[in-house]
Amino acid sequence: MISVENVSFHYPGSSEILHRITLKIGDGEFVAIMGENGAGKTTLVKLFNGLLKPDRGTVSVDNVNNKDRSVAELSKQVGLIFQNPDHQLFAETVAEELRFSLKNFGFQGPVVENRVTAILTSLDIEKYANSSPFMLSGGERKRVALASILVWDPKHVIMDEPTIGQDYLQKDRLRNFIVQLVSQNKTVVIVTHDVEFVAECKPRVVLMSKGKIIADGPAESILTDEAAVEEASLVLPQMSQLVESVRTFRAPHNIIDVYSARKFIGDALKERTRRTE
Amino acid sequence: MHKEEYDAQPTSHRSHNKDKLDGESLLPAILARNLSFTYSGVDRRSISDVNFSIEKEEFVILTGPSGCGKTTLCRCLNGLIPNFYAGQLNGELRINGVDVKGKSTAELATHIGFVFQNPENQLFSLSVERDVAFGLENLGIPREEAIERIEWAMKVTGITELRNKAPYELSGGQQQRAAIAGVLAMRPEIIILDEPTSFLDPKTAEEILTVISRLNHELGLTTLLVEHRLDTVSAFADRIIVMDKGRIALDGPPDKIYDEPARLIGIGLPKVTTLFHLLRLDGVPVTTNPITVTQASEALRRVFED
Repeated sequence: MISVENVSFHYPGSSEILHRITLKIGDGEFVAIMGENGAGKTTLVKLFNGLLKPDRGTVSVDNVNNKDRSVAELSKQVGLIFQNPDHQLFAETVAEELRFSLKNFGFQGPVVENRVTAILTSLDIEKYANSSPFMLSGGERKRVALASILVWDPKHVIMDEPTIGQDYLQKDRLRNFIVQLVSQNKTVVIVTHDVEFVAECKPRVVLMSKGKIIADGPAESILTDEAAVEEASLVLPQMSQLVESVRTFRAPHNIIDVYSARKFIGDALKERTRRTE
Repeated sequence: MHKEEYDAQPTSHRSHNKDKLDGESLLPAILARNLSFTYSGVDRRSISDVNFSIEKEEFVILTGPSGCGKTTLCRCLNGLIPNFYAGQLNGELRINGVDVKGKSTAELATHIGFVFQNPENQLFSLSVERDVAFGLENLGIPREEAIERIEWAMKVTGITELRNKAPYELSGGQQQRAAIAGVLAMRPEIIILDEPTSFLDPKTAEEILTVISRLNHELGLTTLLVEHRLDTVSAFADRIIVMDKGRIALDGPPDKIYDEPARLIGIGLPKVTTLFHLLRLDGVPVTTNPITVTQASEALRRVFED
């Protein structure tokens, strides 16, 4: 469990960026943190693995206060994948990048190669095992950065903007991968602007604006809350905009993805045909 | 801002600068013939026999799966290939009818402006104004003209008020506007933007896309937008070019392109397009292929509100 209690934070020389944030994320939960540029989303997740220390309040992971643990200890529990993969990658080959992570955490022997192979395969980058990360496309490098964290199997996985530069199929793969992690009772937290991705995944959504949490709940209710969405500089999912725009629909306010829209419209047509007969 | 105002801007340097590349005005802005490139040390071509043209003042989206060669193609267009990336380049690439072979990146920058995904990679000066001026100083533009161009570029991107701010004091959207202004100050005829909104929140992304669309409409700036997120950008484009495995796979207007072959390549079609495809499978009588919520809404109202 990740627990943030009454936390405030400011960077040296600038004004407070997080104001008395309280948030609990349970094991096996999938949470999307969303909000405008500069809302404090990335700052918040950097507190999770101890990269930043709060000015006030406490952050604890699995009931241990972060101030009692080093970043190295915490990193083993909380894997944070940065927005920009180039801040994270440095080895000469993709496989070497992953081996480095594992050896750093004391893994030895055949388990190293087994893990490297397994994770590269599951992220569809095994063919690049012996390529330099810097010869890969932006989207591919992003997946290498993800692999280099997942390879040591942290219990809590935090991804900052994981869908940037990813095409449709890769997003689908990412979504399945997250579902798999969650089914292993891992915590997955993503920081994202990608409304349509969130509308398809339907995680719990924590909406931030100006350093505060302004809404917290299931994606279906948060992403259709027009006032909150507006305040956090997001837009309504396309499907929500669409069904709301047809007056005769009287659509329930929880349609955010293509499949529920398809079902709703199909049912509406049947109802209409039945009535005209 | 109207076309007249744009034309009223100083052009002396522009024409002087463009002598070498000036072609007939009817020639395409960009023309690629059998363009191929293989990076040194890589055994397969990153782009292969690429053929396309973009007319002046067109707004074109370039999309395709991750690793399909979009970035490599853009690097050819702005001269980073072959000037900075070593490898084997074949075929022909013409900007306004003139072969780019042997042209320096600096020369090309006055014709094709490039805006990156992350504005932080493009901004580094102590103030917005200095950043907008940077490219011009590098080109050795006379001071008087440089000042006029900087004022103009800040005005059309709406950042004049921010001139004395440091880039790190700006919001993401303001940073991206500043990056666009820096490119516009070079007075290119063509602008290429590589996923310019992916780091921005959706509201700010919309605002930047509106700025880009306005520059295209009002200044006639030929625009090539590289994007994965077709949901948000499709409404702005005249044409979509889809790359797959280093080649051009599809090329045409969005509503014609967003069909089965595009689905098979695996590009992320707008949600409304996908929905209508599924509705037709279910027998719902919708015949159009919408690319925006507005179009989809009109079509559904015809079925349900008549």
